Amino acid sequence: MEPAARLDRNHQLTLKDFPYVINWSDERCTRCGKCTAVCPMFSIEPAVVVRRRVRSEGVNPEPTTTRQVVSVVKQVNDIGKYCTGCAMCSLVCPNDAIMPEYNPQHKFLFHKNRGGQPYRRGGRRNDPQISTLDRLKFTRISMLTDPALDAGRHEFRIRTYLGRILPADELPIKLVRGSLELDKKSGTFIPPVREIYPIMIGSMSIGALSPNMWEGLAMGITYLNEVEGMPVVMCSGEGGMPSSLLRSRFLKYFIPQIASGYFGWDEIVRTIPHMIEDPCAIEIKYGQGAKPGDGGLLMAHKVLKLISEIRGVPMGVDLPSPPTHQTKYSIEEAVAKMIQSMSMAWGFRVPVYPKISATKTTKAVLNNLVRNPYAAGLSIDGEDGGTGAAYDVSMNSMGHPIASNLRECYLDLVMQGKQNELPLIASGGVGKKGNLAANAASLIMLGASAVSIGKYIMQAAAECLGDEYNRCNVCNLGKCPRGITTQDPKLYRRLDPDKVAERVVEVFKSVDVELKKIFAPMGRSTELPIGMSDGLSADDPAIAERLKISYAC
Amino acid sequence: MCRLAAITSEKYFSPMENITALETMKEGHDGSGMGLILKNLGGEFKDLKEYPVLSGISSNTGIDTINDHMDSAGFKLKHSWSPKIRPVKGIERHDNYFARVYDYPDKYKGRSFEEKEQLLLKTRVELRKTGEREGSVTVFSFYPDVLTLKEVGDPLQLGEFFSLDKSDLKAKIIFAQGRQNTNYAINLYACHPFFIQGYGAMVNGENTAFIPIKEYLMGRGLPGYIGYNSDSEVFAHILHYSCRHLKYPLTYYKDIITPLKASEIETRKDSQAARLLKMSLRPLCIDGPNCVMGFTPDGTTFMAQDAKKLRPGVVGGVKGKFALMSEECGLDSAVAKRDKSKDIFPMKYDMVIIEPEAREVKVWNQLQGWTATTS
Repeated sequence: MEPAARLDRNHQLTLKDFPYVINWSDERCTRCGKCTAVCPMFSIEPAVVVRRRVRSEGVNPEPTTTRQVVSVVKQVNDIGKYCTGCAMCSLVCPNDAIMPEYNPQHKFLFHKNRGGQPYRRGGRRNDPQISTLDRLKFTRISMLTDPALDAGRHEFRIRTYLGRILPADELPIKLVRGSLELDKKSGTFIPPVREIYPIMIGSMSIGALSPNMWEGLAMGITYLNEVEGMPVVMCSGEGGMPSSLLRSRFLKYFIPQIASGYFGWDEIVRTIPHMIEDPCAIEIKYGQGAKPGDGGLLMAHKVLKLISEIRGVPMGVDLPSPPTHQTKYSIEEAVAKMIQSMSMAWGFRVPVYPKISATKTTKAVLNNLVRNPYAAGLSIDGEDGGTGAAYDVSMNSMGHPIASNLRECYLDLVMQGKQNELPLIASGGVGKKGNLAANAASLIMLGASAVSIGKYIMQAAAECLGDEYNRCNVCNLGKCPRGITTQDPKLYRRLDPDKVAERVVEVFKSVDVELKKIFAPMGRSTELPIGMSDGLSADDPAIAERLKISYAC
Repeated sequence: MCRLAAITSEKYFSPMENITALETMKEGHDGSGMGLILKNLGGEFKDLKEYPVLSGISSNTGIDTINDHMDSAGFKLKHSWSPKIRPVKGIERHDNYFARVYDYPDKYKGRSFEEKEQLLLKTRVELRKTGEREGSVTVFSFYPDVLTLKEVGDPLQLGEFFSLDKSDLKAKIIFAQGRQNTNYAINLYACHPFFIQGYGAMVNGENTAFIPIKEYLMGRGLPGYIGYNSDSEVFAHILHYSCRHLKYPLTYYKDIITPLKASEIETRKDSQAARLLKMSLRPLCIDGPNCVMGFTPDGTTFMAQDAKKLRPGVVGGVKGKFALMSEECGLDSAVAKRDKSKDIFPMKYDMVIIEPEAREVKVWNQLQGWTATTS
C-alpha cells in the first residue's frame, strides 16, 4: 500500500517551522512584483491559486458559487529558500502589504542540514541576550569631591598608543645640564608607537566586504584623519589592499592584515619599495572571536575579477584560509618569527601585533608576547565578534566572551607591572546593542588600550540588516541585500560609498562626544582611563566578582 | 574639603604657625583630621640630625612590639620624644604618640646612606605590617631629621591636644594638612602628608586616576609602594619614583603628573626624551583636581597644580621664609609682612619651586622653562 506521506504532504515543513513567516496582505497588495524580485533568498514567489467565491446579492439568500484564479505572494516552504527576515520585501513594497515576522517557535536548526551540510552563515552569534558589557555602569561620578569636567568646555585627549612602550627605567635617556636627552649612543631599540583614536575599525577584508563598502569605510577613515583631526585607523582584513592605496600617503591610516592564507601579500610585498608612507601597523591574524580555531573562507561565488586581482588568485575558486599558519608549528615560531619578519620588512618602523580569539589560552599567548620586545600589542577578539562566513555551530557555541578574558589579561599584566608596555585591543560585541561609547569605555576601564568594531560600523554606516535573531546573516552567500558583503555588482551598486563614508564620520564624531560625556563626569580627560576599574560597577554580583569590580544594585 | 599649609624657613619655627594658618582657612576644611611632617628638626632633635626618627602611634602593648622589633633588627634607642597630651573633648586619645631616635645597627655603621635608607624603609614596612596585623602600631615615617604627627580631629584642637603651643618642637620645613581623607575609610594612614625616603607630599583634591596609578606603582617592585589608604598617597610615591628611582630632575615631576599634548611637547628642547617619558609613564598622569605640595630630601619645596581644574594654591613670603598655602588668608597668617604683589598662583603649566632654606622662589613652566624668580 502506498504511504500516505505524499498525499498529505507529510515530510514537508510547515511555515511554522521557519524562523520568519511572511505576513502578506491580499487586500493591500498591488501585485507589482517588487517584493518577489528583491528577495535575496527567493523565499517568496508569485503564485496563482483558485479561489471559490460564494455570493448572494438578492434580498433572499440565493448563493451562487464562482471559481476565480487569483495571483498571490506565497512563502516557499523549502528550507534552502528560508526567509531570513531581512525585510527587503517590506522596504520595496509601495503599499505596506508585506512583512516578515519572527517566529520564536521555529525549528530551523533541526532542518538546516540537508545533504549532510551543516548550516553555514555569516553574521554574529545568535544570542539576543544583553552582553556583560551592557551590564556595566559607570558609578564613580565626581560632583562635590571633584568638580566634574565639562564635556563641552574642557579639552579632552581621547587618544591611545598602539605599539610597545618601553618601561621608564629602560628608556635610553640621559641627564644633560638639568634636562633629559635621548641617548642616541645607547643602542636601545625604541619600538615604533602610533598615537591613535581608541576605537578602530576591525579587520574586514575586501572580498568579505564589497568594493563599495570597503571604499566607503576607507574614505570615512581618511576624512576623519585629514579633516577632523581624529586619528581613527582601520584594519584591512585578510585579502590585501588596493595597489593605489598601498602607494598613497593615506596608507598610514591603515593596518594591513596578514592571515593564514597570505592572500594579497604578494602585491603588498612587491609594493613595499614604492610606499611613500609606512602603514599604521601590521596585524597578524591567528584567530577570530566569531569562529575561534577555525579558518577563513571566501566562497567561490565571491571571488570575482577585482578580488582575484587583489588577492593574486584565479577567479571563481574557494579561498580557504587554514585554521593555523601552516608553515609554523609552535607559539614561538608562529608568533615570534612572524612578528620579527613583518617588523623587518618595514625596517622595524611599524608596530606589529597579533590578533587572536578570546579563549582560556589567551594568557599563554599574552605572556609569550610580554617577553617579545618586538610585539607591539595583542588584539583579543571575543565570541560576540562577527564574520563573513562560518559554521553556525562555531559562531553560536565556540569562543569566550571578551570582558573577562580581557580583564584577566590586563590583571596579569598588572601583576607583572607591564600594563603600560603591551597594549591590549579588545573586540567582539562592542556596540552589540548600539551602546558603542559605553561598551568601549567599559572595556577601556577594564584594561583595554583600544577597542575594535566591525558589525557596529556595518550596521550604522551601511544599514546592515543582521541581528541576533538570525535576521539576514547571509554574508557568506554573496547575496547581501544591502550590498555590503557581496561581490555581485548588481547588489553592491545599491551601496553608495560616499554615503557610507559620511556615516563613518558621523559615527565617530558622535561617539567622541559620548565618550566625553562618560569621561567628564568621572573626572578623566587628560589620559585615557585605562584600567580605571573603580569607575565601573556590574549589576550582577558574579560578574562583579569575576571582573574584580564593584557590584551596584 | 582639604586645606594645606606648608612653610619653609631658614629659621626654626613651631608647627603652631601652620596650625594657625589652617585655622584661618577653616571654612575650606571640615576639621576631620590633621597631619604634620616636620623636616630639618630643631629643638631637642637639633643635634640628632644624622639619626633616624621613628614616628607613630601605638597601644601600650604596641610599644613592646616596637622594642622587640627594633632590638632584633639591631637599632639602639638614642632619644625618645612624646607630645604632652592635654585631654580635649572630641579627640580620642591613643596610648602613645612617639618620635624615637635610633642609632643604626652596628653592621650598618660603615655603609652608604643609600643602604641605610633601604634598611629604614624595610624596617618601617615590617613594623607597619606587624602593627596592622596586631592593630597595635601605626608608623608614619622612619628617617633622619623627619618627624610625623597625625591624628583625627580639628587641627587647632589637635595643636592643643599635643600641647604644641608649649612645646619646643620646631623645624625649618613643616607641612600640615587639615582633614582626614573621607573618600575612603577613616584611617590614620590615610592622613596627609605622606612620606617616603626623604620625599613628602600632600594634596588637595580627589584623585580620579587613583586605581591605575596605584596599580602601576605597586607593579614597580619597589618596597614602600604599599598602603594607599588614601588616593593621595600616590602623589608622594610618584615623586619618589621619578626623582629617586628614575633620577629625573624635580621639574619632570610636573611633566609626569600633567603631561603635555604631543603638539606642545614638540616645542620643547627635550622633546625627544619628553615624548618617550610621556608614553612610558602614562599611567601616572593625574586628572585633577589637585594642588600638590611636596618636598625633596635636600629641603626643596614645591607646589604644582593639575592641568585644568585647579585647587586653590598660592605661594608667597620673603627671603628666608616662604609659605605654600591653599588660600591667601593662610599666607597672611604665616607671612604677614610680605609684598603681596609677588604672591604666585601657579597655573596649569607651572611648578613653583622654593630652594632649601627659603633662599628663593622660582617658577618652572612646562612650555617656557624658568619664568620667574623671587628672592
